[in-house]
Amino acid sequence: MAKRIDVSGLSAYYGSAKAIEDISMTVEPRSVTAFIGPSGCGKSTFLRTLNRMHEVIPNAHVEGKVMLDDENLYASGVDPVAVRRTVGMVFQRPNPFPTMSIYDNVAAGLKLNGMRRKGDLDTLVEKSLKGANLWNEVKDRLNKPGAGLSGGQQQRLCIARAIAVEPQVLLMDEPCSALDPISTLAIEDLIGELKERFTIVIVTHNMQQAARVSDRTAFFNLAAVGQPGRLIEIDETERIFSNPSVQATEDYISGRFG
Amino acid sequence: MEISRSAPTQAKAVVPPESGPPNLRQTPVEPPAPQNKGKVRLGDRLFSGASRGSGILLLVIMAAIAAFLTYRAVGAIADDHGNFLTTKEWNANATPPVFGIAVLATGTVISAVIAMVIAVPIAVGVALFISHYAPRKLAQPLAYLVDLLAAVPSIVYGLWGALFLVPHLQGTTQWLDSFFAWTYVFDASQPEVTPRSLFTVGILLAIMILPIVTNVSREVFLQVPRMHEEAALALGATRWEVIRISVLPFGRSGVISASMLGLGRALGETMAVATVLSPSAILSLHILDPGGGTIAQNIASGFGEASPFGRDALIASGLVLFVITLVVNGAARLIIARRKEYSGANA
Repeated sequence: MAKRIDVSGLSAYYGSAKAIEDISMTVEPRSVTAFIGPSGCGKSTFLRTLNRMHEVIPNAHVEGKVMLDDENLYASGVDPVAVRRTVGMVFQRPNPFPTMSIYDNVAAGLKLNGMRRKGDLDTLVEKSLKGANLWNEVKDRLNKPGAGLSGGQQQRLCIARAIAVEPQVLLMDEPCSALDPISTLAIEDLIGELKERFTIVIVTHNMQQAARVSDRTAFFNLAAVGQPGRLIEIDETERIFSNPSVQATEDYISGRFG
Repeated sequence: MEISRSAPTQAKAVVPPESGPPNLRQTPVEPPAPQNKGKVRLGDRLFSGASRGSGILLLVIMAAIAAFLTYRAVGAIADDHGNFLTTKEWNANATPPVFGIAVLATGTVISAVIAMVIAVPIAVGVALFISHYAPRKLAQPLAYLVDLLAAVPSIVYGLWGALFLVPHLQGTTQWLDSFFAWTYVFDASQPEVTPRSLFTVGILLAIMILPIVTNVSREVFLQVPRMHEEAALALGATRWEVIRISVLPFGRSGVISASMLGLGRALGETMAVATVLSPSAILSLHILDPGGGTIAQNIASGFGEASPFGRDALIASGLVLFVITLVVNGAARLIIARRKEYSGANA
């Protein structure tokens, strides 16, 4: 189910501007890896290179290698559409399809994969909504629009939609930054459950959140505004937050800058 | 002041335990009464007056048109020696006057429907191409070109239709007749006759309404929030699937509105139709046959030499066109409102 990600020498560009430079890291399967760092350091950009979402922006391109177990996502002949079916994504702002019901939102990815039989869809929609801890709240109104849910529920709906297609990896781009503390707690609990089945990468601005949910933490930084972002270090979360090996990490975590 | 106002309200919010949990949503603090009540800024007043005035003016104009049409039409219809709704001929200048809108109303609707069937899919396709497929360098000039198409005067379309389209459509007409005569509508009684028919009019109208439907649709498709498209992309949707899942549902009501604008133009188009069609009082669903007519075309062709009574009769037909347009627009509103909660407007 869950796969290991192995990134080597990865740089990403917007046009001719280099956004991130020469990033290499390993993301362990069935664990949560958090990306932290100041705004503009390229953590979201890096996250979006992991499912080839970076290149949907006009003129954006990527150099380097991203290995998903033994398959290079950027090898020639790899279909980005297929990559995104294997590596799911949850965005900063909850974005359920506004024209679809709760049920259809979860079923959307399954239908893209060619699943048509009502019985199979029903089973997987229920399983995914249960997996996202949303089933009990919505089981009586599956045909109501997904946009009618609260922000936190919408975000869990988006997680249900992403896990319905059983991806190998789940990328989360600041999934709680638009949510209140209670909804945030619900998502964090959910992340803890989901890591039993998926490889999870989460970008967060909230260092407490990184400390709470992740097993490993990567710290990104940029030398100066206009310079590309770089990976400063990646280590066990406990170590990053108690005794990081780079001074800049400690400065950032202790609030001395950033 | 504020403390004394909020204290009793807060006390109200604390509900005794037996009546259930306190309703946390009830905001206890009311906004303090505005100190400057009565003092409204001049700019606000001017603006609200101007916008309210425009709204009222619009209603007044609509009402005036409806009243004028009805007033003039009622007298004419009362003196009609035929049945105004079912009579096919239009002999309003004869004594006694015999006229009816059966052929004209049918022709108006048929030609507009043909125009819509041809134009809307093409317009949506062009709009999607400009908004989502074409490289930026191509999209801009293309959009400009479509705008230009809207700037051509309708009489020019009419001349082009009469001098180019009619002779060149003969082959198409014969082909449709020989292969699709079984559909009944494509059954031409004399396929070798010049096709000054409702079918030709429909094609011409389609070209004329293409720009407006395309432009409005394109604007709507460009409004689709990036995050909805990315939601589909991240699920592994291809470009077409993104359009099917995110773009088209979001743009649906906009495309309907765009089509209504186009339909309005097709229903009311005058000169182009009058130039192409050879009118006759034949009521037929064979759209390839020459003949038929539309309300607007009939008014344009007949107004010049009409007697005063004949003019009132034409105005009566104008009232029918007015009603058709209202009904069509109302129907479109209903379609849009039916799935309002899914419209994406609240996202």
